Amino acid sequence: MVKEHDNLDSHGEQTLSLRLRVWRQSRGTTGHFEDHALAAVPTSASFLEMMDMLNEQLIKEGKDTFAFDHDCREGICGMCSMTINGMPHGPLPGVTTCQLHMRNFRDGEMITVEPWRAKAFPVIKDLAVNRSAFDKVIQAGGFITVRTGSATEANNTLIPKPVADEAMDAAECIGCGACVASCKNGSAMLFVGAKINHLNILPQGQPERERRTLAMVKTMDDAGFGNCTNYGECQAHCPKSITLDVIAKLNRDYLRARVKEFFSSTGKPRKGGD
Amino acid sequence: MSACSCCRPASIGKKIVMALSGLVLAGFVLGHMSGNLLMFKGADAINAYAAWLHAHPGMLWGARVVLILSTVAHIWTGVLLTLENRAARAGGPAVEATRRATLSSRTMPYSGVVILTFLVFHLLHYTFRTVALGGQEFGDKVYEMVVAGFSQPAVAVFYIISMILLCLHLSHGISSVFQTLGLRNERWRGRLDAVATAYGWLIALGFISIPLAVLLGCIK
Ligand code: HEM
Ligand code: SF4
Ligand code: FES
Repeated sequence: MVKEHDNLDSHGEQTLSLRLRVWRQSRGTTGHFEDHALAAVPTSASFLEMMDMLNEQLIKEGKDTFAFDHDCREGICGMCSMTINGMPHGPLPGVTTCQLHMRNFRDGEMITVEPWRAKAFPVIKDLAVNRSAFDKVIQAGGFITVRTGSATEANNTLIPKPVADEAMDAAECIGCGACVASCKNGSAMLFVGAKINHLNILPQGQPERERRTLAMVKTMDDAGFGNCTNYGECQAHCPKSITLDVIAKLNRDYLRARVKEFFSSTGKPRKGGD
Repeated sequence: MSACSCCRPASIGKKIVMALSGLVLAGFVLGHMSGNLLMFKGADAINAYAAWLHAHPGMLWGARVVLILSTVAHIWTGVLLTLENRAARAGGPAVEATRRATLSSRTMPYSGVVILTFLVFHLLHYTFRTVALGGQEFGDKVYEMVVAGFSQPAVAVFYIISMILLCLHLSHGISSVFQTLGLRNERWRGRLDAVATAYGWLIALGFISIPLAVLLGCIK
């Protein structure tokens, strides 16, 4: 056996000693990095569990803990949000921070942990940011208007399998905001593209298709997100591997909606005309 | 629509203006480059081509108006995009990691500004003929004027560098146009990126061949 025994914990598991640079910020301040050393981190711990260990250490030392967002810890809720060594959700593509395990880091490594950085996501405290701009975008059109009551017969609305698959792929977006954080323009186009596609390609989404597209893009712009310049960073950092296809289709749907709006029927003949 | 939708046009609207105006400019550079290659056919060929252009002022001015409008629209949206995007990023992370954004995509505003500087110089040089020609009058003798212009190494090198930056700009821009107009997907992305890079090099090498030929003495 290789001599790695001094890095094993009482369960015989490999552990890491880490140097952490973590962002500290309270409301109304500009914030700064704080350096901490953390030993005996099991490689099987998730990144959030490592942060829990750091906070426990801080409590024992009588210091303030680091605030960070989390909820499901199984990669489905979209709450966890940390930029780890410059990468939203860390170095492993296609996973959320909560599903990132410490075995992806080296012993003695220095890890920089920052919040999502974007004008539209102001820092609440430390690593927690306010992502309600996403909620506003959803409120603007991320729904279909139907009379809820007894469910209709499933086969009333036929949806070809490829269409259902495409809608499901788009619906995989968990609204975490890593696309915005990774984008050098602070653009939310991957998120908005995913949400618009998910509904715009299904029969149930058709009645509100144009209204939805225009309203969600307008809300996105008003929230202070940047403009897409096709870097592609969002796709490379999205924990659900949503592709730029949704942005291309969003662009197409937006163009379509603007043209339809421009040439929409004016109804009755104008006074004086015939 | 907001009260001031003209000062703050929709994000995708700006992108569409940028893409369409860029497409006009990209089409223009292909035509311009092809015409310039007549330099290799000799003085008579290019001088006759220039005389033909000047004999059709309607067509010439029609093209000029479209180009001026496209350039203004392209620069206007480019400036808006760049400023808004800087603000939206809020400084960005302290550690910057890039997974796939290409060099050309990250340098669009810079390559654009160099191209603009080049454009101003180029117009003063060969259209208004007020700089770098030593006060000589060439009239309809375009061939002689170009040879005189590129016989100065500093001028020729500036043209060559600018065209390499144009290649960089186009290699992101052309593929970007398809994305912006909604005509791209995972399957076509790689192919369109290759087409864009090839187009950029085609344009750049076509233009560069002329100052290079003058510098090397192949055209005199
Ligand atoms: C006059 C100086 C110029 C400036 C300041 C400029 C600046 C820019 C900027 C900032 C972008 C946005 C980057 C992006 O969205 O990816 C862009 C895109 C583009 N530019 Fe230019 N540019 C200039 C000249 C040109 C010229 C001469 C051409 C054509 C040969 C051109 C073709 C394009 C194309 C095709 C795009 C892509 C549009 C899109 O994103 O869909 N540009 N330019
Ligand atoms: S598109 Fe991906 S990165 Fe963006 S919010 Fe959805 S899941 Fe997160
Ligand atoms: S905590 Fe729910 S996705 Fe990470």
